[in-house]
Amino acid sequence: MKIVFWFGGVAALILTGFMLFTAGWERPPIESAQTGFRGTGMVEVNNPRVDPPRLEAQLAQVPDMSPLPPDTPGPSAGDIYQNVQVLGDLSVVRFNRVMQSMASWIYPEQGCAGCHNLNNLADDSKYQYRVARRMIQMTQTVNSQWASHVGATGVTCYTCHRGQAVPQYTWFNADPANTAADGLTGWRNGQNRATEQVGLTSMPEDPFTEQLEDSGQIRVIGDTALPMPGEVGTSIQTTEQTYALMMHMSTSLNVTCTYCHNSRNFGSWDQSTPQRVTSWYGIQMAQNLNTEYVAPLSSELPPHRLGPTGEGQKINCETCHQGVNKPLGGLQMAEQYPSLLGPSGGTQVSSLSDQDVEAALAAVELSDTE
Amino acid sequence: MIENTNIFTRAQVHGPADYGTPLAKGDFDRIGTPIKSYWMGKIGDAQIGPIYLGAFGIASLLCGFIAIQIIGLNMWASVGWDPIEFVRQLPWLALEPPPPEYGLSLPPLNEGGWWLMAGFFLTASIFLWWIRVYRRARAHGLGTHVAWAFMAAIWLYLVLGFIRPIAMGSWSEAVPFGIFPHLDWTAAFSIRYGNLFYNPFHMLSIAFLYGSVLLFAMHGGTVMATSRFGAEREIEQAFDRGTAFERGALFWRWTMGFCANAESIHRWAWWFAVLTPLTGGIGILLTGTVVENWYLWGIQHGLVPPYPNSGVVDPASLPVPGGGQ
Repeated sequence: MKIVFWFGGVAALILTGFMLFTAGWERPPIESAQTGFRGTGMVEVNNPRVDPPRLEAQLAQVPDMSPLPPDTPGPSAGDIYQNVQVLGDLSVVRFNRVMQSMASWIYPEQGCAGCHNLNNLADDSKYQYRVARRMIQMTQTVNSQWASHVGATGVTCYTCHRGQAVPQYTWFNADPANTAADGLTGWRNGQNRATEQVGLTSMPEDPFTEQLEDSGQIRVIGDTALPMPGEVGTSIQTTEQTYALMMHMSTSLNVTCTYCHNSRNFGSWDQSTPQRVTSWYGIQMAQNLNTEYVAPLSSELPPHRLGPTGEGQKINCETCHQGVNKPLGGLQMAEQYPSLLGPSGGTQVSSLSDQDVEAALAAVELSDTE
Repeated sequence: MIENTNIFTRAQVHGPADYGTPLAKGDFDRIGTPIKSYWMGKIGDAQIGPIYLGAFGIASLLCGFIAIQIIGLNMWASVGWDPIEFVRQLPWLALEPPPPEYGLSLPPLNEGGWWLMAGFFLTASIFLWWIRVYRRARAHGLGTHVAWAFMAAIWLYLVLGFIRPIAMGSWSEAVPFGIFPHLDWTAAFSIRYGNLFYNPFHMLSIAFLYGSVLLFAMHGGTVMATSRFGAEREIEQAFDRGTAFERGALFWRWTMGFCANAESIHRWAWWFAVLTPLTGGIGILLTGTVVENWYLWGIQHGLVPPYPNSGVVDPASLPVPGGGQ
């Protein structure tokens, strides 16, 4: 009998030590649901005490929306107000509703004064005003051209802002000093820090500059069985960049690797889930938005909003997702704001990406019926 | 009988200190006056010291010290010489090998030069220690089995940090010196080359590793279970099988039909242990040099069980590049 006590005692001691000295332990039971072929370990795990309350808490914060008023004919906002460069063709009623919503989404405390000079609402001398104008265009682009990622749900300002002037989860381009090899000692190649954004690993702490802003190479796995003569393969360091980005995606969406991949071969698409396609477009989207919309705004921002490279905060997966695989659980907010769905009066956007997704999905259905 | 299941030694001998056999001419002296420790006697022999270091031992410790200093001071420098951050971040810190652009050339000191130097001194330290293990065994009239088992581990170490990087033409392929960083390297290495689980030598290495654990538990358990018949006197029992090993052997024969004997169990264990890093090293050496993607290689050789195609198509391969770009 004594051996049982020893055995149990040692096991309890080790487990207690782990629980006390390592982070992120959650008590059982944890729910798991099979999502892939049997035996592949493709399951989604959820903590019923942590994960649903996180989403519920986020949904409880959503400000009330006034119902969409009918689009009455009459003078548009651009006719009545001065210096309306976007949303100018909205009816005045709808225009004001968007403005009020933006105030409650982004500046619940300051209200209009967050962006406007209250003595002259048309005065765009505040940088917030100019940034907001560009952000509206960005929102329209996301909803009209990136249905491949945001689907029919779309996004509003609130998807990222959540009542804050600057979204809570953003990133700066890393300080070049982190990768610099000046001096005689201490070079660390921009990694080897406990970095929250890459899942507390020691991998590169800024995988975003290369992969969510520049169109860096994300595919690192060899695609032939044998090495190709004369070809230099991807380095382990580059592999860790991708790995770090994947850790970021996993923690941002609160999902495991198998949400998208069959982990026996991360690279193969024909064993991946359809979510991986959505995610792939998400990476393209982040690159596009950071390059076209977010980075160029750096010149508008005051010094205290700039990072170590003199550029402003940028977006990654967590900016919208915030620990939920569908931001805000897929709450249909954007459909209440048709003006945010695309530049009205502009070209009819039947995006190519839509067709791509449909093609991919059709292929899924085809293989199911085979 | 219950005390046999205890994790502590149940009997300790406390007598006059044992200074060991006389040393050969030209050997250094053994260092230190022996002391007796009741608590150390609980888990091992109660006598601590003297220790024989010799020229090779001293040289090995010196080289090892230099290697650890290079690694540790570079880690400390990487947090700006902040002692608190050094302790906080220690598991994350590392001395990194050179970046890929330097290939096998000599990199600048701060971009992998220190890594090469630390590797040189660590390797020198390990080989000097190996010579010491070999020479001590010879000096005491023992076989050199321990030295060759150690060499198996050195083989794996050399493949990871020296032989494979040279075969790949870049020091950047080698493992960083660091706690988490070397683990991240391991995971990234497996992913980069298409999942090491499909590497047959990795499979062999795992089989020998788990086999070693199994044999260790079976052997340790059998000896403890028969120790009241004198099983801990293994050497005598190998030549003149007494009650203890007779009973142990019969237990296994009647349990699984076949059993080791007092000699062969140690041969099994030695070979299982030695083959773990030996096969593992072969598997690492083939990765990237001979095989680029173990999963695809496994498909070609019927190693990979087929699963239903999920029908998902690489969006980058679609006729129109996606996302309106």
